[in-house]
Amino acid sequence: MRKLLTTVLGSCVLALSLAPAHARDEIRVGVTGTFTGPAASIGIPYQQAARLFPEEIGGRKVEWVVLDDGGDPNLAVRNARRFTEDLEVDAILGSTSPPGSMAIFDVAIESGTPQLSLAPVGIPADRRTWLFSVPQPVPVMVSALVEHMVANNITRVAYIGFTDSWGDQNHDALLQEAEKAGITVLTNERYNRTDTSVTAQTLRMLGSNPDAVFIGASGTPAVLPNIELRDRGFTGQIYNSHGSISPFVLRAGGAAMEGSIAPTGPIVVTESLPDDYPTKAPALDFLAIYEGEYGPDSRNPFAGYAWDAMLILSAAIPAALDVAEPGTPEFREALRAAIEDGREVAGTHAVYRYTEDDRYGVDERSRVLVVVTDGRYEFLPH
Amino acid sequence: MNTTLGLLLAQDGIINGTVYAFLAVSLVLVFLVTRVLLVAQGEFVVLGAITIAQLQRGEAAGAFYLLVGLAAICIVILTLRLWRDRNIRAWAWQVGFCAVSVGVAALLLWLAQSVSLFALMVVTTLAMVAPMGPMLYWIAFRSLADSSILILLFAAMSVHYILLGLMLPLFGPEAYRAAPYVSGRIDAGVTTISAQSILVVGVFIVLTAALWFLFRFTMVGKELRAVSVNRIGARLVGISPDMTGAVAFALASSIGALAGMLIAPMSNIYYDSGFLFALKGFVGAVIGGLASFPLAAVGSILVGITESFTAFYASAVRDSIVFALLLPVLLYMSLRKSHGRPEEHGE
Repeated sequence: MRKLLTTVLGSCVLALSLAPAHARDEIRVGVTGTFTGPAASIGIPYQQAARLFPEEIGGRKVEWVVLDDGGDPNLAVRNARRFTEDLEVDAILGSTSPPGSMAIFDVAIESGTPQLSLAPVGIPADRRTWLFSVPQPVPVMVSALVEHMVANNITRVAYIGFTDSWGDQNHDALLQEAEKAGITVLTNERYNRTDTSVTAQTLRMLGSNPDAVFIGASGTPAVLPNIELRDRGFTGQIYNSHGSISPFVLRAGGAAMEGSIAPTGPIVVTESLPDDYPTKAPALDFLAIYEGEYGPDSRNPFAGYAWDAMLILSAAIPAALDVAEPGTPEFREALRAAIEDGREVAGTHAVYRYTEDDRYGVDERSRVLVVVTDGRYEFLPH
Repeated sequence: MNTTLGLLLAQDGIINGTVYAFLAVSLVLVFLVTRVLLVAQGEFVVLGAITIAQLQRGEAAGAFYLLVGLAAICIVILTLRLWRDRNIRAWAWQVGFCAVSVGVAALLLWLAQSVSLFALMVVTTLAMVAPMGPMLYWIAFRSLADSSILILLFAAMSVHYILLGLMLPLFGPEAYRAAPYVSGRIDAGVTTISAQSILVVGVFIVLTAALWFLFRFTMVGKELRAVSVNRIGARLVGISPDMTGAVAFALASSIGALAGMLIAPMSNIYYDSGFLFALKGFVGAVIGGLASFPLAAVGSILVGITESFTAFYASAVRDSIVFALLLPVLLYMSLRKSHGRPEEHGE
């Protein structure tokens, strides 16, 4: 304990002596994400989008420092400390996985640096001063599914999800929304990302005689219950979570995914949206750049979150520049104030409107339903 | 719970249990002959599964690069050993083995990619994964052969992590799933049985018979048994540990690749799926006292069935219950000290 204290004090003294607040010309933003390891397939699109960020915002040069945390919360914290202590960044974007994102809350709060989480996280109300979440919170997404259930007279839903916080978040949101809508949630089955069989859980769900099944999983492991349910002759509606939106899922699931419905950000089906949809223009701009760089089939929701974080910063930076110079605590404070001043920023996923009380900033315009048709995601107006 | 449901769950459990039994049998085999707890056994399963899926899709097989890399490292290490041991005959056949297996794998790979024939894909997969066993033995374990079980376990863990690290860039983080080899269900009166499950159990029975024949009637099998009974004694009568260790590892990698090919159409396989397979096989092997093949197989099927039924009743705590199976077994074994293998006996 004493050793820890000495280390902490020592590094504070070191930090103070080495890093006096230096005003500088350029704006510096730290980005940390999971670009390697098991969650890499979700993280890599963020990195790709970050490579396309503009070099100048509001007439100032912007330096984007992008570091990998491999999905390890400790490494995310180390990256964040490097950002705040050595590089004196003006804002932190990241991480791209929820555990890493939550782990760096403390660094953002301690150092007084605005943090825009690129993964869906719950932000505790008493600590929210410096924290913002870019992706839609889970209840916003799940409520879209429940609305679809109500419209289609579905009253009995079975649930299966991951044995982790993603499974919990989706299950909690489903319980909460279903109760309001008078829908019965029949089961709470769980499986691991690494599991090779969900036969037993599927049999139990089918035994409860559901009208529909909601699968709270993400990435290619989400395919497993889809295949098993169809194999066992289930003909009802299958709902997937927004973590399942990926071309890899469609490829791995093949015919079993046909007809399944999932919520997602509007970016996935931009072209099918009505022209006056507020996210359509920014999404088309972004997709032209992104697909131009990485190919026509590279579209995914994750790169859009990174782009939106950049757009949110871009909208706030000019106001902050009026108050102070980058690299100073005053600038970070002004940046935070500018982000949460209640202006609307149209991004690829949502119209973001952060206020002192609302750290998620999104409304029902931030999600659409998609249905898998012929191996593609199609817009499902509802 | 009714009978139909019970039978379906039991069937699922038996299939998964049989896959664990493949691993349990090879874990016991390697442990008896070399005293290595081959944690990396699961990686052979993953390599087998991913390779067959890649061949079916017509993609470049990542396992080939791994084979070439291992062969190169192996030849360097063997040559360094030649410097010390001056055993030119051993060097020649081991280096020859590395070179020939890379050549054969390359030839088969080229054939399998030009002629799309399922049997050829199976042979190619085996030809790519099986030689990795002996190579890993010569690279990582041969010079530690006389160390304690604990050191061998550390070496096995390191091999596991190194392979895992190499497999992520080779195969990427996404799932692989092979197209089904056989389809349909067979009506067995009270329940239906999928053709795939008959294939899994059938291959396992054939494998068991083959192993029984090997250990009972062939010279190599008898040498392996001799080493497992008494290592020093076996060496005194001229049985080379270079050879027996390599054969045990070759059997382990072949059985692993076989199990991988069998599970590939039934499940999503990721580059890191192997460890959990190995752990569950290990639980099965421990239930069998780490000494008996039939008991290891029975233990593994018990693991599979437990897994299936606990997943039905309490899916969130399934793995906890499966691994807790170890507790009563270990308790029983510690109460009966004479059971199991006298570990460092006579060394």
